[in-house]
Amino acid sequence: MEKLIEEFSLGLFFWQAVLFIGLIFLLKKFAWKPILDSVNDREEGIKNALDAAENAKKEMENLQADNEKLLKEARAEREAMLKEARDIKNKMIDDAKEEAREEAGKLIAQAHASIETEKKAAISELKSQVANLSIEIAEKVVREELSNKDKQVKLVESMLGEATLN
Amino acid sequence: MRRKTSLKPITLLLLLITFVSYAKEGAPSSDSKADKETEIKEYIQHHLQDSYDFTLFSWTTEAGEHKYFGFPLPVILWDNGLKVFSSSKFHHGETVAEVDGNYYKVHHAKIYKVDGPNGEIVEDDHHHATNEKPLDFSITKNVTMIMMVFLIMFFMFKKMASAYKKNGGMPKGMGRLLEPIVLYVRDDIARPNIGEKHYKRYMSYLLTVFFFVWIVNLFGLTPIGMNVTNNIAVTFCLAIITYLITTFTAKKDYWKHIFWMPGVPVPMKIILAPIELLGTIIKPFSLMIRLYANITAGHIVLMSLIGMMFIFKNWLGSPLSFVLAFVLGILELLVAALQAYIFTMLSALYFGAAVEEHDHHEAH
Repeated sequence: MEKLIEEFSLGLFFWQAVLFIGLIFLLKKFAWKPILDSVNDREEGIKNALDAAENAKKEMENLQADNEKLLKEARAEREAMLKEARDIKNKMIDDAKEEAREEAGKLIAQAHASIETEKKAAISELKSQVANLSIEIAEKVVREELSNKDKQVKLVESMLGEATLN
Repeated sequence: MRRKTSLKPITLLLLLITFVSYAKEGAPSSDSKADKETEIKEYIQHHLQDSYDFTLFSWTTEAGEHKYFGFPLPVILWDNGLKVFSSSKFHHGETVAEVDGNYYKVHHAKIYKVDGPNGEIVEDDHHHATNEKPLDFSITKNVTMIMMVFLIMFFMFKKMASAYKKNGGMPKGMGRLLEPIVLYVRDDIARPNIGEKHYKRYMSYLLTVFFFVWIVNLFGLTPIGMNVTNNIAVTFCLAIITYLITTFTAKKDYWKHIFWMPGVPVPMKIILAPIELLGTIIKPFSLMIRLYANITAGHIVLMSLIGMMFIFKNWLGSPLSFVLAFVLGILELLVAALQAYIFTMLSALYFGAAVEEHDHHEAH
């Protein structure tokens, strides 16, 4: 310790202090500040560029996702449209079939009805014909038979009885 | 990377020149082994001391005459008025210099006032000169070295800084080598130790001290210079600046932890206060001693090994000393950077403690 104190040189200390402190301030102004600022700027620039790249990547991903979504939606829509068309087609066919069936039924019914009417008309005509024939026959028969009164009455009576029984 | 490899041969060359130069410094004049040992010891002593002239090497002729190669430096004294004269007046400490009727003599690398042209240094029982010592602000060899490093650093880093502007924010030339070191100081020394919030204030000091100590240490290993950091005045100056910055930028918390340590009982607080206060002084003191001792020890060992070559003077010992000195020389290159790193690192640590904000006192 004593040796150290003895070795201590005030002049050297003075010059060292003056020069070193001077150096700190000079370098601060002319070197460290510009250097560190440049480095900071550069680092900031790199960071910003990286961030921008990251953002762009994210946006791209978003865009891609959007595209995917749109595509999916379009596909679903197409599917839906196709399905609808198919349904409409089926429905139309069904409807047509139904209508045709109904129409056919109606026609058949009409045919049935007219057949029935015709039949009834035919029968009634037949009946009247038969009645006329019967009357004519009966007239002829009756003309022969009704030469006497008694026979006439008997016949009328029997015929009446038959008619009511009918 | 390419730059680094291209520097390697230069470094090796410098190292080699160092040996050659040291070898010349240590060249013996007499044949007797004991004389040589004393002479080498003196040379080492002389190498470690500051001097008033810039001597690159010296030798002794056959006739016993000392020859010096170098140049004198200005001597600036304050002794009832400013006295400025060339150190050549001392004739390398061999004669008394006469300035304005005052007589000065160099004794153990310090200037003392003597009575007359033939005045002698009077020593007391402890071999301490009792003569009057004028205030000495001479531009010594060490001051010259500091000035050189000052200029080198100023122009080197100014050039580096201006290259950024011209080159669009990219380093150029020297800057490519220096930028990673600057960033290392910022990212691995300042930021983790001081903290993201405050580190910017200390960057100028930390960078300056790191490069100053490193470059000065490296110059110490070259033949032209002697080491500046093996002077206690220089390391004291660096340490006291660290101490002053720590003290004047310290936050309230720092003082609170020194004078009234939170979280401990009151009697302990009273005991702790002086210890903590002493600690603040011991910290920079250890910085001062560490740098001084490491560099001084390195130089003594390195020079002793080189000196041993001339003591052994045989085919076994001398090459062995050379190899040892060579290996140690490389080690010293590492130590030069390491000491700069440690000094900066610890300074940053102390600054960090000064501005630390304790949010959780319960933790103590």
